[in-house]
Amino acid sequence: MSDSYKVDSELLRFTTAGSVDDGKSTLIGRLLYDSKSIFQDQYEQIERVSERRGEDGVNLALLTDGLKSEREQGITIDVAYRYFSTPKRKFIIADTPGHIQYTRNMVTGASSANVALILIDARNGVVEQTKRHAIIASLLQIPHVVVCINKMDLVDYDENQYNKIQDEFEKFAAKLDVIDVHFIPISALIGDNVVHRSEKTPWYDGPTLMYYLENVHIASDHNFIDTRFPVQYVVRPYSDEYHDYRGYAGRVAGGVMKKGDEVMLLPSGFNSKIKTIQGPAGEQEQAFPPESVTILLEDNFDLSRGDMIVRPNNKPEVTQDVEVMLVWFDSENPLREKGKYAVMHTTQDVRCVVKEIRYKLDINSLHRLKEHDGIQMNDVARVVIRTTKPLFVDSYRNNRITGSLILIDESSNSTVGAGMII
Amino acid sequence: MNYNINHLKELESESIYVMREVASQFENPVLMFSGGKDSILMVHLAYKAFFPAKIPFPLLHIDTGHNFPETIQFRDALVEKIGAKLIVGSVQEAIDKRMVTEEKGVNASRNGLQTAVLLESLEKGKYNAALGGARRDEEKARAKERFFSHRDEFGQWDPKNQRPELWNIFNGKHHMGEHFRVFPISNWTELDVWQYLAMEEVELPSLYYAHEREVFERDGTLLADCEYIEKKPGETVFRETVRCRTIGDMTCTGVWKSTAATTDEIIEEVATTRMTERGGRTDDKRSETSMEDRKKKGYF
Repeated sequence: MSDSYKVDSELLRFTTAGSVDDGKSTLIGRLLYDSKSIFQDQYEQIERVSERRGEDGVNLALLTDGLKSEREQGITIDVAYRYFSTPKRKFIIADTPGHIQYTRNMVTGASSANVALILIDARNGVVEQTKRHAIIASLLQIPHVVVCINKMDLVDYDENQYNKIQDEFEKFAAKLDVIDVHFIPISALIGDNVVHRSEKTPWYDGPTLMYYLENVHIASDHNFIDTRFPVQYVVRPYSDEYHDYRGYAGRVAGGVMKKGDEVMLLPSGFNSKIKTIQGPAGEQEQAFPPESVTILLEDNFDLSRGDMIVRPNNKPEVTQDVEVMLVWFDSENPLREKGKYAVMHTTQDVRCVVKEIRYKLDINSLHRLKEHDGIQMNDVARVVIRTTKPLFVDSYRNNRITGSLILIDESSNSTVGAGMII
Repeated sequence: MNYNINHLKELESESIYVMREVASQFENPVLMFSGGKDSILMVHLAYKAFFPAKIPFPLLHIDTGHNFPETIQFRDALVEKIGAKLIVGSVQEAIDKRMVTEEKGVNASRNGLQTAVLLESLEKGKYNAALGGARRDEEKARAKERFFSHRDEFGQWDPKNQRPELWNIFNGKHHMGEHFRVFPISNWTELDVWQYLAMEEVELPSLYYAHEREVFERDGTLLADCEYIEKKPGETVFRETVRCRTIGDMTCTGVWKSTAATTDEIIEEVATTRMTERGGRTDDKRSETSMEDRKKKGYF
């Protein structure tokens, strides 16, 4: 029996952001095509469509456009997820729109990303859209950013132009919280430095985009230090065989939990020990993010969804006053001071009132505006909320799961805001 | 210390998380079961998610009446093995009650009729969340789906109105009469599904493995010769060794030539293939936006 099912590759999620004309969809099409990840019938189909539309050659961007109205207008409206793998990794691409009115979708695709791929048109350099996307990547604390300076073929592969743009971006990004940034000169259309090294950029000695994606170190993107286990669901078989079984099921949000560990339960504050960790394949000695497991405790406490299991000397902050950087999504209504919203944080579902809007963040200058005309869709603001019940929070910088929440409009049930806890 | 898990385990963890969220947020969920490998995977994952308790929701099968007999046999055996509750929505019954009209002609299929029966079954059971095994890599319109996809009271999907889905947080809040379709295996590719099923040694219907069958060719695809398809003049039947990559009902599922008789051989074939999984689905070929149009009407 062969080992074709034995896998040893990691999963990497990356998001692509860039202005509508920056060639984002062409880049993805190029990645799929050059890594031989697109199927013959898919290629033939876009060949047919390109021909029907009278386009020059095969438009690789058609691989990622999906919805009817998009294809008619030739732009990307929503987040499209594409998948490909190389022997080293499986990739999930969240292809997100460049338009300002679809920032909410960009934030969606970016929230779980390990890498943000930001595209710049080499002819135009850093534009407002570039800055907005860099800020969002920084706000969402995407651990790695790769800036692809595209359409190098249209600027004759000029090293000076490339350096100029790199400087421009670095100057802007210095004000941001971007930790790990790489720059790559590419041409998505021709294929330079995407999967294959280009001969036209001898002055560039960095990796190709594919090499970067296959090798960037993502193992430490999770928090393995601070134990955080939000109880998601209580497993109670009530059967003869498992009469007294009470298992706390959930996804480990932080730390490494081991059988026998002393733990503290929130909000009660009671202490107990981990008796068993049950994983999908049976009992496990330990569990770490992002594993989904079921935990059995030594003592008979009655935990429920929304409670959290942590270590006794390493608690999250237990508070009803939460300060967040909020991205506003609602197209109909602005964020209201004294407005009431539903809040979802890990497995908790509470309500809140907006106590104060501290300032609006100007995404071009990064100035903090105390005077402004309201927080509308796609705006970013620093906000203080007060919740009806205490939440168990960490700063978003320390943990993207226990440091994030969403605001929900109670009449429409729409998700209207995404908050990163400060 | 090295803390990383391989991508199949990570996908498994994500899917289990989503299923537990559904059980927590909805009073009356149901798992849509077609008998194909993706819904078999779903049942396998659901079994793990709630173990050692039973799966806390029933399985719903919309039976077109045109299924491969192997599919029905397999379904019944599985349901009995795990002690699940099975609900069957019958398209034949709906035709008899004149709720839907049977298509006629050489390209007739009951595929489109499933939607009306699905919506009726969901309403009858008052299910407010329906779990499905759709994956984003399957088809263009599915590439845009959320995990939690809001449907209005008519079961309709509005692509412009889907809620942002961030981190692990799934907003399943809804008004009365509305429901959600949830897709826990959204991020799985066809290859992932096979590799996982092989790793877990999950039993699958024989249709997926190479077998001999009477087939005929239409529009470049091989279809199984059966009483449900009206043949055009010139379409001759011959015997061939084939297998199914995807299983819809007999009228719309293309089979393709293959000698892959074990899961390992299937994986090898899938990993090197040049044609997408649904490339043999004549229901998708009806137009470029066939899936999108069906989803807007409430299709799975």
